[in-house]
Amino acid sequence: MIEELLASPFYQRALAAAAFIGFTNGFFSGFVVLRRNALSVSALSHTMLPGIAVGILITGVLSQWNAFFGAMFAALLVGLGSVAVARGKRVAEGTSLAVLYTAAFAAGVAILPKLDTRSELEHWLFGDILAVGNTDLWIAFSIGSVILLATNLLMRPLLLTLFEPNVAAAQGVPVRAMQYLLFGMLVLALVSSLQAVGCVLSVGLLVTPAATISLLTDKTSALFWGGGLIGGVGSVAAVMMSGPLGLPPGPAIVILLGLLFILAYLFGPKYGLLSPKFFRKTRP
Amino acid sequence: MKEETGHHNCCAHHGHHHELVIAGLSVCYRDILALSGVSMATSCGNRVALIGPNGAGKSTLLKAIAGLVPKSSGEIRWRGTSVKKWSREFAYLPQREEVDWSFPITVRGLVEMGRYPQTGWWRKFSEADTRAVDAALDSLNLSDLQGRQIRELSGGQQQRAFLARALAQEAHVLLLDEPFTGLDRNAAMLLGELLAKLAKDGRLIIASHHDLVSAHSLFDEVLVLSTKQLAFGAVAETLTPQLISETFAI
Repeated sequence: MIEELLASPFYQRALAAAAFIGFTNGFFSGFVVLRRNALSVSALSHTMLPGIAVGILITGVLSQWNAFFGAMFAALLVGLGSVAVARGKRVAEGTSLAVLYTAAFAAGVAILPKLDTRSELEHWLFGDILAVGNTDLWIAFSIGSVILLATNLLMRPLLLTLFEPNVAAAQGVPVRAMQYLLFGMLVLALVSSLQAVGCVLSVGLLVTPAATISLLTDKTSALFWGGGLIGGVGSVAAVMMSGPLGLPPGPAIVILLGLLFILAYLFGPKYGLLSPKFFRKTRP
Repeated sequence: MKEETGHHNCCAHHGHHHELVIAGLSVCYRDILALSGVSMATSCGNRVALIGPNGAGKSTLLKAIAGLVPKSSGEIRWRGTSVKKWSREFAYLPQREEVDWSFPITVRGLVEMGRYPQTGWWRKFSEADTRAVDAALDSLNLSDLQGRQIRELSGGQQQRAFLARALAQEAHVLLLDEPFTGLDRNAAMLLGELLAKLAKDGRLIIASHHDLVSAHSLFDEVLVLSTKQLAFGAVAETLTPQLISETFAI
């Protein structure tokens, strides 16, 4: 049965998409883990839904670029909005972010079914990797290339910015520009993962891989490349297993990555809960 | 600390002094005057303590010298030239609570960051870079700990890791923000000896410090601050009981 599946172009495309998207998002998850802002990434991913809906509403067509600009606009609006509300000092920034993103998400859920598109609401919420077309594949590949190229070229200034922004600024690193760049690439990564896992689950792909690696090693570069490897291999494996197990592929990806995280948490050789080394260190 | 970086030629080795001159330095945060009228001159080989009550501007002065906060007025001259923004020969070592200790970086990775000003954003690490990192780790007794994540170090080792980064950077002026805070007595003693050795090798050490008693043994010169400069000079002559009671309002 597997041979039959592997021969079909839609299945090949799904596997290729899983590999590209999984690797790119896994690689970028290193930055999310270093910035310690996984929760605001979650808020951001929910916020993209109304942005995409409005993008389609205005232009009448659904393309990855409409989705990207819509998502970017909505993310900026809610992100800056929550900062502005928090500036009034009555409401904490986390609180205002939570209020605004849930409201935005609700608006997205309300608007999307009214649009004249083929796809179901569920497709946007949880992804539909088996429906990936050739164009989608090219876009996922391009986004991946841009992110990998930019982050690798700028790895040193990006790391300096994340570790010690004031020292980085003194050394001439354009800290503000680096932060905007990270934000832009984050939205790009989120948009590319929509197709695979949807906006609700996209955070899983953008946090879990590097979080798993961080339990296994202290090498900063391993966080990125290891995260990419886990993201890519994990996504492909999950898509292949989802059929026989009768699971939808998007959730299967996030479940598998979550299981790997739990395994690393329990059995990691250095920091694992059940590793003998850890016991020795905490209980002398 | 021998010639560990290969091309570190400071005054201890060639007999003339590199001078740091601060003239009329002031710093404002928005409308608030954080520091005003700081003027002093010292040279490498010295250890200078910054002393004053909380909020006196000690950290601000260190950050202004390091180029982390902009100067509102005044000038900093190092070896005869005015330092506009940042000098590779200055290294700033942050206060403990300002460091993100859980950042997944090893001791070696941290020390390698000290080479970034030399390598720039893209150039690969050369053999000389690797040697400088090895030498810095070695001279601070961190070679065995280089694979550790920075949180897994003791307080004294963490200070040494940041010092090693400064050495890898080939910095001449070390700016330390409360380096002795939170260290146990043993670690504090070790750090004191280490700073003495670094100064003897020709580096200039400037550190904020809160303990008036230990300042006598740990430092050569002292700058007393309370938003404005109250005194500057050799520790024994400057830290008089009268000045102390005025500064700290005891």
